[in-house]
Amino acid sequence: MIRTEELLLNVGPQHPSTHGVFRIVVKLDGEVITEATPVMGYLHRGTEKLAEQLNYTQIIPYTDRMDYVSAMTNNYVLVHAVETMMNLEIPERAEFMRLIVMELQRIASHLVWWGTYLLDIGAMSPFLYAFRDREIIINLFNELSGARLTYNYMRVGGVKWDAPPGWLDKVRDFIPYMKGKLREYDKLVSGNEIFLARIKGIGRYDAATAINYGLSGANLRCTGVDWDLRKAEPYSLYNRFEFDVPLGKNGDCYDRYVIRLEEIRQSLRILEQALEQMPSGGETMGKVPRAIRPPAGEVYVRIESPRGEIGCHIVSKGKAEPYRLKFRRPSFVNLQILPKLLVGETMTNLITILGGVDIVVGEVDC
Amino acid sequence: MSEEKDEEKQGEEAKEASSSKETPVESPTSEGDTVVSAGSTTLDSERSIVSTPEAAADPEREAKLKAAAEARAARAAAKEAANVEGAPEAAADPEREAKLKAAAEARAARAAAKEAANAGGAAAGDAAVDPEKEAKLKAAAEARAARAAAKEAANAGGAPAGEAAEPPPPPPPSPKQPQLDAAAQLIRSLVHEEALEDAYINEMNGHMPTFIVKNEHWYATAVQLKQHEELHFSYLRNVSGVDYETHLEVVYHLVDLESRRELAVKIKADRSTPVVASATPVWATANWNEREIYDLLGVTFPGHPDLRRIMMSDDWVGHPLRKDYEPLDSEV
Repeated sequence: MIRTEELLLNVGPQHPSTHGVFRIVVKLDGEVITEATPVMGYLHRGTEKLAEQLNYTQIIPYTDRMDYVSAMTNNYVLVHAVETMMNLEIPERAEFMRLIVMELQRIASHLVWWGTYLLDIGAMSPFLYAFRDREIIINLFNELSGARLTYNYMRVGGVKWDAPPGWLDKVRDFIPYMKGKLREYDKLVSGNEIFLARIKGIGRYDAATAINYGLSGANLRCTGVDWDLRKAEPYSLYNRFEFDVPLGKNGDCYDRYVIRLEEIRQSLRILEQALEQMPSGGETMGKVPRAIRPPAGEVYVRIESPRGEIGCHIVSKGKAEPYRLKFRRPSFVNLQILPKLLVGETMTNLITILGGVDIVVGEVDC
Repeated sequence: MSEEKDEEKQGEEAKEASSSKETPVESPTSEGDTVVSAGSTTLDSERSIVSTPEAAADPEREAKLKAAAEARAARAAAKEAANVEGAPEAAADPEREAKLKAAAEARAARAAAKEAANAGGAAAGDAAVDPEKEAKLKAAAEARAARAAAKEAANAGGAPAGEAAEPPPPPPPSPKQPQLDAAAQLIRSLVHEEALEDAYINEMNGHMPTFIVKNEHWYATAVQLKQHEELHFSYLRNVSGVDYETHLEVVYHLVDLESRRELAVKIKADRSTPVVASATPVWATANWNEREIYDLLGVTFPGHPDLRRIMMSDDWVGHPLRKDYEPLDSEV
């Protein structure tokens, strides 16, 4: 006679497919998950508490370490919040530089996702291709800011460094290169039957569920909800460029995959236009008071990070340090739907679904 | 299986422990708990010094506790010293000694500046305070002489002290004022006449309509905010908790994805027993966000399906984002 009983299994915290220190406790009936409980906090560094002791410029490097795959967008959300409070004007050249690095970052971030996602599912080589191409962007950032991951590039009022000579040309050269590589990716993976069998129809949810759970980014748009903050609530210079917001309709892992690849193409489109419209010179820092003290009050600003809506809620009492600083982290919010998605799925699909959410644990825990 | 049950149990115990932490006498299920409540509840360092040695039997623990208590006492002494210097507000401020001093000085300086600005005779009403501060900021950026000139101008102007220094005329009514009024009207008629404590436009934040909802009416308001077709705030984008030292506040940032209308809703809670009805049954997003606020600020959310700590470990003591938080073990 076969004896069956429920099995309690810890996935993580040190498990490669959780992309960092993150744990899911799953209850298994055979291979089918009957309950899943995410456990987080292993990477909680208390950024929000630390920020209360720091002035705004000092907080910027901390934002690099939240979503460390997309530090540029994190930089932006903080400086954007402070600039909103102080009603500062940013020189055009600086804003263009910010936008260019943010879009490059989006591409780099999606490449990390693409490579690691396929690695999770069992395809080894795409990871190498993705990191080969991401390396170009990382090198560009390195040249610009002296760091490969934690750039500390933006400042309240502008950016720290202007593009070094020839840098923009390198970005220009990268665009056609990357377009070619995207075709290669599609040829290599996107039509692969085994791959499609692993992700089509997996981890499905509808638009109402996505909205109820406050999902954002590709996790929301895969259900067909047209909500990209670059279009819906334009910030920076995004209303100057033409680009499409790719949408899915099935709300499954496959749609999320397609959307992220398409977003790379759209980012390249934005980059093309930005390089064309960019002023050839000018200031990279606006007029900023020496001591940055936003007037008393509060703001909540949000931008579209590669993972979705990243927000920054600042309560200021007119001092150099924020009274309260809260980050709305898309990875944290997007992950909430996971227990719901996992029930009834197999262990193999756990990896597919978790990878499809695209989390960065530094941002989940903050 | 059994492991999980244990975990659940632990979770419950932790919950109980933390919910009863305001009454140190009742809680002692274990040594750890007693110690904890003595340390975390009070600013009154003397009491904790007295109570801790009694509770701790373990010598190692005792030593640690003593050290912590001494540190606390030292801090309290520093605070008192700071108070003597003549900044009574600082007493409630649990910041470090040096910061306290600096803050007190800054406050004194600011008070002096305010008095100077108000000398023109205008009462510093709400309207006058903001532009005045803005003016100050600008002045700080410029030369000192410019600042003096601006102040003189403000004083000479007689009428609203700040406005004279601020060149643009009073701003026109916010473009979002009608939207705010309509929503406020609806909530008042649907929920309760007194449901809203305040409704205003947060101009700094792109004219964000903002409600302060009375605590007891929050849940009914939340249901209407989401479900009523004219309100229809289907998407909860962010939940924040703020410790204002006089009270705690939970802020919900809402948006309707179709019309792109935004709304910020604030609920105040008493600081000693902060309770805010959970919005999780209305927006599933609130779940982990509220857990985080419970964990870091100690606000309890009745109606929440799974109110446990989320970032800190289950046996953590205290709520780190509180302004008066002091770690149990400062070495950690």
